[in-house]
Amino acid sequence: IENSNTYFAFSYKTHQTCNPIPTFTLTPLLLLRVRHQQISRVLQKAVEGSSRNIKERTCFLKESLNFFGLSELLGKKMGSFETDLNLEATELRLGLPGREESDKSSNGTRNCNKRPLSESEPRPDGDDEGPKAASAPKAQIVGWPPIRSYRKNNLQPKKAEAEAASGIYVKVSMDGAPYLRKIDLKVYDAYPELLKALENMFRFTAGEYSEREGYKGSEFAPAYEDKDGDLMLVGDVPWEMFITSCKKLRIMKGSEARGLGYGV
Amino acid sequence: MAEEDGDHQPLRGSDPPDQVLDTVLETVLQFLTCRQDRNSASLVCQSWHRAEALTRSELFIGNCYAVSPARATARFPRVESIYIKGRPRFADFNLMPRNWGAHFRPWVSAMSRAYPWLEKVYLKRMSLTNDDLALLADSFRQFKELELVFCEGFGTKGLSEIASKCRQLRVLDLSDTEVIDDAMDWISSFPEGETPLESLTFDCVECEINFEALEGLVARSPSLKKLRLNRYVSIRQLYQLLIKAPQLTHLGTGSFSQSENIQHLDDNQDLDYHSAFAACKSLVCLSGFKEVMPEYLPSIYPVCANLTSLNFSYTNINPQQFRSVIVHCHKLQNLWLLDTVCDEGLQAVAASCKDLRELRVFPVHPDEDIEGPVSEVGLQAISEGCRKLQSILYFCQRMTNEAVIAMSRNCPDLVVFRLCIMGRHQPDHVTRKPMDEGFGAIVKNCRKLTRLAVSGLLTDKAFSYIGQYGKLVRTLSVAFAGDSDMGLRYVLEGCPRLQKLEIRDSPFGDEALWAGAHRYYNMRFLWMSSCRVSRLGCQEIARSMPHLVVELLRYEEEDAPFVEEDNNNFSVLYMYRSLEQTRNDAPESVTIL
Repeated sequence: IENSNTYFAFSYKTHQTCNPIPTFTLTPLLLLRVRHQQISRVLQKAVEGSSRNIKERTCFLKESLNFFGLSELLGKKMGSFETDLNLEATELRLGLPGREESDKSSNGTRNCNKRPLSESEPRPDGDDEGPKAASAPKAQIVGWPPIRSYRKNNLQPKKAEAEAASGIYVKVSMDGAPYLRKIDLKVYDAYPELLKALENMFRFTAGEYSEREGYKGSEFAPAYEDKDGDLMLVGDVPWEMFITSCKKLRIMKGSEARGLGYGV
Repeated sequence: MAEEDGDHQPLRGSDPPDQVLDTVLETVLQFLTCRQDRNSASLVCQSWHRAEALTRSELFIGNCYAVSPARATARFPRVESIYIKGRPRFADFNLMPRNWGAHFRPWVSAMSRAYPWLEKVYLKRMSLTNDDLALLADSFRQFKELELVFCEGFGTKGLSEIASKCRQLRVLDLSDTEVIDDAMDWISSFPEGETPLESLTFDCVECEINFEALEGLVARSPSLKKLRLNRYVSIRQLYQLLIKAPQLTHLGTGSFSQSENIQHLDDNQDLDYHSAFAACKSLVCLSGFKEVMPEYLPSIYPVCANLTSLNFSYTNINPQQFRSVIVHCHKLQNLWLLDTVCDEGLQAVAASCKDLRELRVFPVHPDEDIEGPVSEVGLQAISEGCRKLQSILYFCQRMTNEAVIAMSRNCPDLVVFRLCIMGRHQPDHVTRKPMDEGFGAIVKNCRKLTRLAVSGLLTDKAFSYIGQYGKLVRTLSVAFAGDSDMGLRYVLEGCPRLQKLEIRDSPFGDEALWAGAHRYYNMRFLWMSSCRVSRLGCQEIARSMPHLVVELLRYEEEDAPFVEEDNNNFSVLYMYRSLEQTRNDAPESVTIL
């Protein structure tokens, strides 16, 4: 029973009265294929739902869908989000079955954070909580507040100089990979962290960096395009200078990487 | 029809009285422009009806399904400009299936035969394709003005047709309209040589444009007064356009920031934006700033003193940056903002903009459970400083009855009052009481009010106020409000001028629906989604009112799986009066009773 997969259906129904006391009912709407442990958790939360406020229930639902990789069903493609859902308050610990909550995925090869299909930047896997709270689509209720999606999608993101909280997002491409990724440079303090994250993300090893020889011991070389449009090797300039001048990252491979003069 | 040429001489013995009378009537009726007056005139008698129909040159169709193109073109043979509205407003918030209808095709087909002289088309919330635009461009030799608001379904290919074939085009305005990127350089499709272009608005078009072609177009359009650029135009490019077109009266600035992609050799050398703006002595309306770099804002100072309209609703700036702009804008009448300016910014508005008529404050975070930057403080300040206010749209997280009551007293000229407290069922955050008294004061004190949108915690009492005092209200928007059927009944029984009623997620059911039966033929439409009406109730209405189209909309799974499926298996009731039989272009998810 521990490992069985069960088809589980749930939805929620809120009844609006003078004093909104929403209740959960289980009516077939979505089929989720989940592990048994997760079902009992979901059920438990659903039953307890009537004693929680809307906010927590909302959090819970969003997280569940996020976790099950079905957040796209919530419909919205949203930009960056400021509010982190407070999972502490809901006492939720969600994650893939068999995985310890405190387990930082050290090999990182299996990025178990199901990324919602909406355009949110993946954070490196350092958090305890499984699904990424910050990237869940916001609106639980369709069409509320009544703002047109054009307006929602085109609100200007905050400029880095104005707010300390915003990130520096750059695209990362790897030669031969079909699509690009995006990372937030502000999340890292120094080059080793960044390199490790890149290695995890693209499943390669960068080799040993030295000023004289660049990245030795690998057929990959992480490079970046700076403000002047020049292709530079990652690691040559001080970190602070790097994050302000880096426009995009490119992991070069093979002969082009070698062509920079850094041999395998 | 043989007409004597505007001859008003008294009756000659040989002329039959009717013919002269008709001629006189037609001549006189030509001066009647207001459509409500025209409608009244057409009801006087047969000959007035005929004369009015022959002289109506502007046709307004408030609901594209209320009347068929055939009927409209048959009655009004000499139309030169047409204004058609399609979907109801709640469709903008994803509450309607995407392919619901409101197609332009049947209209453009009928008009291509009936009105070859057509000059203006204005569409709101309609769906049109590239082919429709091609047909339009081919059919109307004298076509001059195209305005599309909240439309979708076509792409740059269609735009290209219009640009290339409509040689007399004066106005091409796309507002909040989705344009598909067909990879067609439509700007280059404008013909060579001088153009009669007066207004070009494409700020909502989310594709790159050929800037060189745009520059050339602006340079050879001496009559150009209104130019609204999209966010793919950088501030440098804006500069180049401004120096070519200082005669502009309306400007949408595009991104108002440096372009990411184009590297300029002289990047460090800032152009003299200040002078470029200073040269635009006629500029009265400013918008855009889609990705504003606040350090460039001071360049608009020279035009602020003349501005009557400013749209900062895509502009994320803080209160200080905002204040330094708004202190110069003493003539401002229309102002759209993002709430990042905070209550402080609104206080600055109240201090500087004494002539303000319309204010809209949009949320940068359209969320429910967060601390908002604007509140009752901002609203109170505005009410005290901007006494001439006529229209307000205000999104906030918290509000008090006191502030709303203050506004009702300070701004008696209010015609439009739309308050959106984003947290559902939020009471007055100080007294914890419902928002009934606030909205009650608005309908009571603002005697000219025609449009009202309510929010927050509201009981049936609020609706009883609306029914009692809202005698001029034409449009009412309700969401997550009311206790019982009585709420809706108060409104349906109390508001004689009600035309458009849109309600969502409120506990109004069949009984209330029935109570309004006597009103529905006099209304444009009724929208009720996620309320308590049942299929049976709707069927009853549909059965007893043959000229009412009762549509039940269901959500498809992919569209919005989280809208509750109730037993009746529909989510939206949308009903409207119509002279026609059931439409045949409805998708699967729509059931017409």
